[in-house]
Amino acid sequence: MIINLAKSSYEKLVEDAKERFPKEACGLVAGTKEEKVVEVKEVVPMTNLDDSAEHFTLDPQEQFKVAKEIRKQGYELLGNYHSHPFTPARPSAEDKKLAYNEELIYFIISLAESEPILKAFKIEEQELVSELELQIENN
Amino acid sequence: MKIQVNGKKVEYENELTVKELLKEEDVDMPEMVSVELNGEILAKDKFDSQLIKDGDQVEFLYFMGGGSNDGLH
Ligand SMILES: [Zn+2]
Repeated sequence: MIINLAKSSYEKLVEDAKERFPKEACGLVAGTKEEKVVEVKEVVPMTNLDDSAEHFTLDPQEQFKVAKEIRKQGYELLGNYHSHPFTPARPSAEDKKLAYNEELIYFIISLAESEPILKAFKIEEQELVSELELQIENN
Repeated sequence: MKIQVNGKKVEYENELTVKELLKEEDVDMPEMVSVELNGEILAKDKFDSQLIKDGDQVEFLYFMGGGSNDGLH
């Protein structure tokens, strides 16, 4: 599976992570999904209920609202993203433990290095991590 | 009965509880799911008893959260 992400969506995500630094940014990712290609069309920053540099929790009420808006646009919820302000772009022990939905794509953006690093993962059985191919498209 | 689940039209033979519906929808961990019934968030302790009726609109979403702290600094 390959994930295509428009440069504008990538930039929106990076900006959100930088803006909320040193706290963790988080949000939802929407778009279209076919057998082999996932197209990200929308990145929606969401409230981090934890308001923390080390954790994030999405607000269910806000999730429901955004999920409906996403459907109205003809997209589906592909996954979520969050930032790692000081650690690498890979799922932490906590990320894995809390990855209840195997259908979702988990995007992690790290600000630990001088340049932001974005990666995308599938997490199965709250433990098995596989990195997905991510392509940032110029548009 | 005809209901909507996450925006999709679905038909079920008989009325069922929220918990039963989640099972039908392949939710493995209902305790990690938030449910909205006709626009209102439903308390988790009602999942067992709340019946879904014809025309109801049900939304469900998994809890989403995590962190960056691995204890591996
Ligand atoms: Zn994390």
